Amino acid sequence: MASYLFKRILATIPVMLFVAIFIFLLLRLTPGDPAAIIAGDFATTEQIAEIRKKLGLSEPLWKQFFIWFGNALQFDLGESFYYKKEVSELILNRIEPTFSLSLITIIFTVCVAVPLGTMAAYTQGSWVDRFIMGFSVMGFSLPVFVIGYGVIYVFSLKLQWFPVQGYTRIGDSVFGWLHQLILPSLALSVIFIAFIARMTRTSVLEVLSEDYIRTARAKGQTESKVLMRHALRNAAVPVVTVIGLAIAILIGGVVVTESVFNIPGLGLMTVEAVLNRDFPTVQAVILFFSVIYVLINLLVDLSYTLFDPRIRY
Amino acid sequence: MIKLSKSKFAALLAAGLTAAATLAALPTKAISETELRVMPHSGLKILDPIWTTAYISRNHGYMIYDTLFGLDTAGNIHPQMVDTVSRSGDGMTVTMTLRDGLKFHDGAAVTAEDVVASINRWGSKDAMGQKMLGFVDDLSATDAKTFVFKLNTPTGLIELALAKPSSNVPFIMPARIAATPGSEQISEYIGSGPFVFNEAEWEPGTKVVYDKFDDYVPRSEATDGFSGAKIAKVDRVVWTPLRDQQQAVNALIAGEIDIIEAVPADLLPLLKESDQVYLKDANPAGFQYTFRFNVLHPPFDNPKIRQALLYAFNQEDFLDATIGNPELYKTCKALFVCGLPFETDAHMDGLLESNFAKARELLQEAGYDGTPVVLMHSTNVASLTNLAPVAKELMEAIGLNVDMQSMDWSTLVARRSKKEPPAEGGWNAFATAWTAGDLFNPVAMAFLNSGCDRALFGWPCDDEIERLRDQFARATSLDEQKDVVAQIQKRWTEYPTHIHLGQWNQLSGLRNGVEGYLDAGVSVFWNISKN
Repeated sequence: MASYLFKRILATIPVMLFVAIFIFLLLRLTPGDPAAIIAGDFATTEQIAEIRKKLGLSEPLWKQFFIWFGNALQFDLGESFYYKKEVSELILNRIEPTFSLSLITIIFTVCVAVPLGTMAAYTQGSWVDRFIMGFSVMGFSLPVFVIGYGVIYVFSLKLQWFPVQGYTRIGDSVFGWLHQLILPSLALSVIFIAFIARMTRTSVLEVLSEDYIRTARAKGQTESKVLMRHALRNAAVPVVTVIGLAIAILIGGVVVTESVFNIPGLGLMTVEAVLNRDFPTVQAVILFFSVIYVLINLLVDLSYTLFDPRIRY
Repeated sequence: MIKLSKSKFAALLAAGLTAAATLAALPTKAISETELRVMPHSGLKILDPIWTTAYISRNHGYMIYDTLFGLDTAGNIHPQMVDTVSRSGDGMTVTMTLRDGLKFHDGAAVTAEDVVASINRWGSKDAMGQKMLGFVDDLSATDAKTFVFKLNTPTGLIELALAKPSSNVPFIMPARIAATPGSEQISEYIGSGPFVFNEAEWEPGTKVVYDKFDDYVPRSEATDGFSGAKIAKVDRVVWTPLRDQQQAVNALIAGEIDIIEAVPADLLPLLKESDQVYLKDANPAGFQYTFRFNVLHPPFDNPKIRQALLYAFNQEDFLDATIGNPELYKTCKALFVCGLPFETDAHMDGLLESNFAKARELLQEAGYDGTPVVLMHSTNVASLTNLAPVAKELMEAIGLNVDMQSMDWSTLVARRSKKEPPAEGGWNAFATAWTAGDLFNPVAMAFLNSGCDRALFGWPCDDEIERLRDQFARATSLDEQKDVVAQIQKRWTEYPTHIHLGQWNQLSGLRNGVEGYLDAGVSVFWNISKN
């Protein structure tokens, strides 16, 4: 196991290097000049050039890259062109909302999707199965922001059960934090519930046709034990894989939900940084997300050993 | 088949409903009744209102800084921090004194030295400030409250420039902060304005907090625009930008915010339906759309071809395409904005009426050879997006070959600073907008600057316009200034530097019970009370 872990960690190095080079070049090759934006409408060409020099943008690309990457390896992610604050500070300030939203969403998703998929598989061909799969198709089809607007209209504006927008830090109020995350999590979870429910149904269906399931029933096991102890556990590996993918997609894809519900997370910050060509911020956030993805993939792979004792590293 | 007993099912259902009811009954975070929650038109990024011209930074400046003079809603100049102004008989010396009791947020008294340093920093960046300082041989503090301008030529520009309402505004800062070169941003945010910047609670991009400055000494006159008493009637002002405009409207209706600074025109009907909110125009003179030429390259290096567009364009088409609601826009042939002191229609007969025949005639006289016009089209600023397509259509109607290139605003900003030919990454034209406060006289109007390389992007180069702008700056009476304005407008029809595409207004949305929002021309938050 230790050797496997070590090899996986080593394997992240070329991945991170590739991501760093890719995002660095992508930003530099995109049209737009942060110096011109920062300088403002009344700046002369000479003033813009001066700002570009101060930001280090007039250096050769290779030099800019090595300076930035060298600093990043020492955990110095640079300073935002606009906010004049350390990018690491900006990221730390925005992590909590994004992670909170992602965490609540994934917990809700798993708690709903796995039982739904299992129920659909167990009642294959019945109206329950068709209803759940129909809901799944609808979940794929509706954009998150449409669902968001819908739940806001019903639960915030009409019923006034939940706030329209905003975020309360967990340190300020745990209940307030949860209260404000319920609607955005609900909106965001629909597509993931649809996806994971379908995957669970497929996986459980496959397992339910196995001989050991027939054996368990022949031995007099109750249906609930057959499902929970035998079927689900063996169906878990592909489902966990999909859940892991969903977490990764979720963390990087919350920007629309953050925009609609005004949650000051990393997604919103990244979009604004891209539009403003705030290179240090964009580079740092992309690198950060890459690390998260790699870690999630590693955890998913390691979790297989919990579900399937045949898998060993 | 899995069976759930009725009692278990009932228990689960009861638990779920109880949880939902509990959460729904949870109080939202307690908010002070004297906290004003504002959705500004943009997120605040740069805190130095001298370093940048961004309107949000200007608005931030008005919260925490004060100015020497201020305009009232009719455009008249009044002293603000200044107590007295006196001129020598020959007009070559202007002496000003500060009011008593003025303090910075750190408790230090505002002195004449702070004023001198602040004016110098502002003048190093601002075109109008540079123009003003061009008349000044010496500016110095003679005692703690008195500062003196020694002029090389009499001018009426001193008070006019120091009352400049929009970017860059000559805000007064402590001398040690104003000593920061104009090429660098300040790092301390201490002013003497009615609010204090709460740096500890600042969350870049998401929240800005201002606290009432208890030691602010307002003037005794009635509040009128930027002049008169500036009284902070709430304890805190919190700016929270919302990216989703629909959500901002929802939040205002639900009572989660108190003011939306700029409501998009298409969402106004939603607010009009609600009995919880009302609408107000904080900027009666509004905004002006502008079409800017690049005179460095063909075809717009030829003034006659630019003149052809004065005949080809009409303002109604642009305004209808972007604003849509005639209640929110008006056509205005005056270059210096309808509703402000230098409004005039002189020499504008026949222009901006889509006289295609006349426009084609001028193109032919100019010898237009089909050179493509690279028209930059910004796609992500809602208020500007539809301008370029309308311009394209009108230009093609008279025979111009238009290459409209779409890009986001950041790309456009980068490209407009390039002087290369259009085929090598340069440009010929683009459209933008200014607030009326930036356009109210020939010196303030940046696009009119025809100083060649010293001009703004587009780089018009005309000695006559520059001579007339100087003449305006030298004028010492309003009548004299108005006369020069008419001459400038005439010269502009011969040498167009840009074309004004009409005026429009953007309304603010406010909760009932929020009162006192001023129609100063810029969103300011003194004088506002909340019940």
